[in-house]
Amino acid sequence: MLRYFILRLLAAVPTLLAIVTISFFLIHAVPGGPFDQEQTLSTQVTRNLDAEYGLNQPVWVQYTRYLAGLMHGDFGPSFRYQDFSVGELIRQGLPVSMTLGAIAMSLALLAGVGIGIAAALHRQRLLDHAAIALAIAGVAIPSFVLLPALDLFFGVYLRWLPVAGWEPGSPRYFVLPVITLCLPPLAFIARLTRASMIEVMQSGYVRTAFAKGLPLRTIVLRHALRPALVPVVSYLAPAVAMTMTGSLVVEKIAGLPGIGRYLVQGALNRDYTLVLGMVIVYSALLILMGLLVDLTLGALDPRVRLAG
Amino acid sequence: MNLRDPAEEAPRAGLWRDAGRRLRGSRAAMLALAVIVFLVLLALFGPYLNPNHFDTIDWSCIAMPPGLRHAHWWGTDRLGRDLFVRTLQGTRISLAVGVIATTVSLIVGITYGAIAGFVGGRVDQLMMRLIEVLSGLPLIFFVILLTVVFGRSVYLLFMAIGAIGWLTMARIVRGQAMVIRGREFIEAAAAAGAGPGRIIFRHVVPNIIGPVIVYATLTVPQIILFESFLSFLGLGIQEPQASLGTLIASGAAQMQSAPWMLLVPGVILAVLLVCFNVLGDALRDALDPRDA
Repeated sequence: MLRYFILRLLAAVPTLLAIVTISFFLIHAVPGGPFDQEQTLSTQVTRNLDAEYGLNQPVWVQYTRYLAGLMHGDFGPSFRYQDFSVGELIRQGLPVSMTLGAIAMSLALLAGVGIGIAAALHRQRLLDHAAIALAIAGVAIPSFVLLPALDLFFGVYLRWLPVAGWEPGSPRYFVLPVITLCLPPLAFIARLTRASMIEVMQSGYVRTAFAKGLPLRTIVLRHALRPALVPVVSYLAPAVAMTMTGSLVVEKIAGLPGIGRYLVQGALNRDYTLVLGMVIVYSALLILMGLLVDLTLGALDPRVRLAG
Repeated sequence: MNLRDPAEEAPRAGLWRDAGRRLRGSRAAMLALAVIVFLVLLALFGPYLNPNHFDTIDWSCIAMPPGLRHAHWWGTDRLGRDLFVRTLQGTRISLAVGVIATTVSLIVGITYGAIAGFVGGRVDQLMMRLIEVLSGLPLIFFVILLTVVFGRSVYLLFMAIGAIGWLTMARIVRGQAMVIRGREFIEAAAAAGAGPGRIIFRHVVPNIIGPVIVYATLTVPQIILFESFLSFLGLGIQEPQASLGTLIASGAAQMQSAPWMLLVPGVILAVLLVCFNVLGDALRDALDPRDA
């Protein structure tokens, strides 16, 4: 197990390197630079700036320098947020984004599995239809419609919750963003759980368990749930990617000081190091999630125990 | 004696006829299809029903609420531009973009998947490994970089998105191709003297096309959502052009004083997405006889 884990972590290094390389040359191929603004600077100033940040060097000298910095854990300085290094920006924003994402994912998993099981056990009844309606709503109502609508209703009309903003340690500001962020994965997880639970409940060993006279509760929780969770767990990696994507929009609407805004702003401002830093953070999280998913799958289903 | 071919007597059956019957039997799917057709027609011809133009500014009607008493049926935005025309214009762009990107992902995905599935062996392993690596990447970030590279050319951008979004399609086609390659009816067709072209077009393609149609129907709303998402972030369609995403973004900024600016494009987008998803699900059920 440990050996497998370490091997997979090592295999992630070339993947990350490839991602960094592609992104680096892609963003440097874009016309324009970080210091092109409305206000034109004099050539001398531009030249000095370029020299200071190494932008007058050939792209691939810049690339090797950047990699050398990365090896030392240095993401480089931000071009636009002067006096901040990319590492500092990430350290400030990441805890907020991670908290938001982690709460939303846990909620999606718990509620999604719960709703899925309930719907599977009450097939073709009201509860089931409600669950299906929720699943469709989760797919069809985009976060950038849902969150403003929730804001309008709970924030503006009812005045129960703040419309946007953030105060450290105050969970009230998280409620609406978390609901918005967790709905799409929640809906999909509920749907997956329902489908696989229905299938498992029809299998032979569950019938045997019923024949033995076990109570429904034991059958569901001890026997049926474990295999039924396999497709749900496989879906978790794409779900995390989806939550990251949703987080870009949700953080923007709710005015949360996470890292979501840096990616879009960075790309628009040609803040090369900031964009690359973001891509690295998100890719690393995603790769780590994929690894955790594979380990969990091995624990859930002996047939996919990992070789190695 | 009047002997007739029993096949002519029996009601004609077949995958497509059965699927069509099952699809027509689903009320939700028929409703979704009707709504989609209606919205497409409205997006194509609706703007001509209204005297306003999508980027003319009506100074006398700034931020006018919806109503039938005046010419701005769905109200105006804060620049006095007509929301009926702008929303339909946006719907048109969203639909066009969804179809273009889906077509690109279909072409790339089918070609890639069919090659991997039919050639098999080493080639297949290598090609699948590449897909695995690519699907582990946060593609959204590459798309954001691409929006910066391609900038204003919206259709070029969505060809790029389609070219990125072919992974699932390739997987599905490969799976189908591998299953079909080993089936007896292919062997039987070959034994009966059918050439490779006839085998591919008469026997293989019809068996692959079902899942492809289903997946395409489910891809269109994904792309539409994605486009709106990018436009919402300010990376997609640029002013004065509108897409549902940009309209929602500007509506969200005014929601307290003028909620209709958010609700009109938001509702259209949600309805469009629900209908495509319902139709796609129903198609899947209709084309998959096992679950019937």
